[in-house]
Amino acid sequence: MLHFSRLKTAAILITIAIGFLFALPNVLSPGMLDRLPSWLASSRVTLGLDLQGGSHILLEVDGPALRKERTEQLRDEVRRVLRDQKIGYSNLALRDTSVTLRLRDPNDTQKAVTELKKLAAPVTNALFGNSSGEMDMTVSSGADGVVTLQLTDAGLSAKMRSAVEQSIEIIRRRIDQLGTVEPNIQRQGLDRILVQVPGLQDPQRLKNLLGQTAKLSFRMVDQSMSPQQALEGRAPPESEVLKGQDGQPYLVEKQVRVSGEDLVDAQPGFDQNSREPIVSFRFNNNGAKRFATVSQEAVGRPFAIVLDNQVISAPVIREPILGGAGQISGAFTVQQANDLAILLRAGALPAPLKVVEERTVGPSLGADSIHAGKTAAYVAGGLVTVFMLAVYGLFGLFALIALAVHIILMFSLQSVLGATLTLPGIAGVVLTIGMAVDSNVVIFERMRDEAREGRSAISAIDKGFVNALGTILDANITSLATAVILFLMGGSGPVRGFAVTYILGLLTTMFTAYTLTRLMIAYWVKWRRPAKLPI
Amino acid sequence: MPLIDYIPAQTNIHFMRLRHWTFPFSAALSIVACLLFAIHGFNLGIDFKGGTLIEAQTSQQQADIGALREHLTDLDVGDVQIQEFGSPRDVLIRIGAFGTTDEAQQAILAKVNGVLGTDYTVRRVETVGPSVSGELVRQSILALVLGAVAVLAYLWFRFEWQFAVGAIVTTLHDIFVTLMIYSAFGVDFDLTSIAAILTIMGYSLNDTVVVYDRIREMLRRYKKLPLPELLDIAVNATFSRTIIVSTTTFFATLALYFFGGEVLRGFSLAMTVGVVIGTYSTIFVAAPILIHLGLRASTVSLPTKDAADPEVKELDELVKLEAKDAAAGVPPEAAPATGVSSKSGKGKNGKPNGKAGPARPAKA
Repeated sequence: MLHFSRLKTAAILITIAIGFLFALPNVLSPGMLDRLPSWLASSRVTLGLDLQGGSHILLEVDGPALRKERTEQLRDEVRRVLRDQKIGYSNLALRDTSVTLRLRDPNDTQKAVTELKKLAAPVTNALFGNSSGEMDMTVSSGADGVVTLQLTDAGLSAKMRSAVEQSIEIIRRRIDQLGTVEPNIQRQGLDRILVQVPGLQDPQRLKNLLGQTAKLSFRMVDQSMSPQQALEGRAPPESEVLKGQDGQPYLVEKQVRVSGEDLVDAQPGFDQNSREPIVSFRFNNNGAKRFATVSQEAVGRPFAIVLDNQVISAPVIREPILGGAGQISGAFTVQQANDLAILLRAGALPAPLKVVEERTVGPSLGADSIHAGKTAAYVAGGLVTVFMLAVYGLFGLFALIALAVHIILMFSLQSVLGATLTLPGIAGVVLTIGMAVDSNVVIFERMRDEAREGRSAISAIDKGFVNALGTILDANITSLATAVILFLMGGSGPVRGFAVTYILGLLTTMFTAYTLTRLMIAYWVKWRRPAKLPI
Repeated sequence: MPLIDYIPAQTNIHFMRLRHWTFPFSAALSIVACLLFAIHGFNLGIDFKGGTLIEAQTSQQQADIGALREHLTDLDVGDVQIQEFGSPRDVLIRIGAFGTTDEAQQAILAKVNGVLGTDYTVRRVETVGPSVSGELVRQSILALVLGAVAVLAYLWFRFEWQFAVGAIVTTLHDIFVTLMIYSAFGVDFDLTSIAAILTIMGYSLNDTVVVYDRIREMLRRYKKLPLPELLDIAVNATFSRTIIVSTTTFFATLALYFFGGEVLRGFSLAMTVGVVIGTYSTIFVAAPILIHLGLRASTVSLPTKDAADPEVKELDELVKLEAKDAAAGVPPEAAPATGVSSKSGKGKNGKPNGKAGPARPAKA
């Protein structure tokens, strides 16, 4: 075991040298890093949000809301189809994820079912992009002219999938507007989206941006009765009462005249006269045309600008707006106007999102944590150094050199793999300082045993390595098993960071403590030809 | 060469005799642990219970916890706990899962932010909604069970089943005692605690496996020796290693506890206790339990040796090296002879070289 060919020696040293190179950027200042030649590795260890500060937010697509919306959409389609086909019906109702109706004339059943079946679309398989053969809804009819349209689970989960994908896209657009570095946005499970934004000063603003569906609509204000009357009595069926920003009620038509989908741009600005913050917007051709028609018909009447079922403002149309551009003023602060413009530009979410988990760490706490972690690492390193030197002398020094290389290799692997170093990860590094010497201790103690049994120094050293290998492998693989489980179950947060550090630590320690120490001791043996085991 | 030699190189302690004391002690400890779990329970953190945790730092010299508590209680957001966190300027506010919806929690957070106002800088906010906390509980239990199963399977594959069972019993013992610390001191039990427990599991197993490896080797070597005596030899042979590694790891966890910062304090406390208990259990539970699991020398399979073992080449190199030594006038000692005789399986050190087959597949 003590013989190393030149090639093997070179391979080990080159591995370590490459490790050093990859770890190097972590200790250089950014300025020095820039001056390095470009072929050198420049990636540093990615710090977790708990160390650099930032927000980790887990959002969930509101499943019930999405299903309700899909069912309502189906109801509207049913209404349209039956009207087009001139089929009389009554009792059109929603029940969970199904739509039921009763045909006036049961003889129409055949025709109605045929026409309504045309509404069903095949569900595409998300993985392969082909059709799974399932439809997104089924149509069934009873004897007495009752027709039921039931949305299928396959169709609904496909809807959920696409809602999550769309939401991710829209969230990305919204966050990009904040100008933060490298947000991480990814789907989690069936209906969740993980958003990680490092180094944010105002996490509340981020949540405001994410929490709004931003569904914008322009509708006419219903002036047939006052909002109070509608609240007390019965609102007209085609209108509803919505609250304004201060909570005052408005009676607004349900029909959407122009929707936010037709916006092409929205910018924050200031009103020329009042100097108040406003958001100015522009419609696409389609929107501009419709807005022109509406405004021509309704000069002198108020219309409502509705965002997520809240009336932002309800100005009176003074003159037809033909240019396809307009502005929203709603007693905004500058930031509110800014954020509204961001939301309008990014588009509306397909369904509301709710925050189900949030972990935000301020930058100052992150810096304190790094500092504390470093201190703990130095103290642990100092204690272990003194102890190992006291117990093993020269061989202790070899073990400590291996330990130092091990830590450097851990950092270089972390940098290369882009693994995130979290606070528990730092704890993992510090623990490694204590545990990494284990393999060396097993080897050294084995050498002592062998020497005690009467072997010569060189033979004892050799047998120490030979006999310790199995033990080291067994011990490390069992630890590795628990670490891998931790990694798989650790989700996306700090615990996973710990698992990564722990796994990398176990892997590098097997290399440094066994191979590197053996190399050092082999050369030492060649040089000194020891007659007596030095430990 | 070592500066000091505090750790006795060779010990001869009758560990196995001590099992008549340590088994009841460990059993009692585990029962106390169970009672504690049942009566006192755990101080579940927000990861598992849901709720909100806010760490804030005042711009004043000292945080006025009394006033803060008053203001927050006025908010009527349910169960609010406030404590100093690390320094007099830092406070930790914990709010139980109010209501059951995720939206309600966000509303509470907004209210609390209002109370903290400009006097405090919010350094950390963690909110876990009820839907997520339930999942985290399930995931964590699954992680612990899977971890145990994976290790059991590996040990069974590599050793005899008695070792696997012994290792699992030992590890469970260690986990129970660690959990006892969480219960007794009311340390926040959260995701980091699961990491701590899995790490202790790994450490305890690591420790146990090193001793088991030696026991197995001894079983092959001394087939006639009564098991308790054999276990004593094996534990004594690995004793100095056990103590040295426990000490260095203990240094590391201690450094973390005192210098690693407030957030990691619970984690490092658990780790420190885990290292101590893991060391104890390796010696006093893992080894002696093998006696009761019916381990016999005959149950341990013999490794097969192969003539083309790479080790032979290594030893040849050594023989050459030492022969050169001899030529240079250095006394050759008994090394070449010992090395060769161990090959033939006769001499005094006629034990099998290397480990069992699976770890070192012989080249054909």
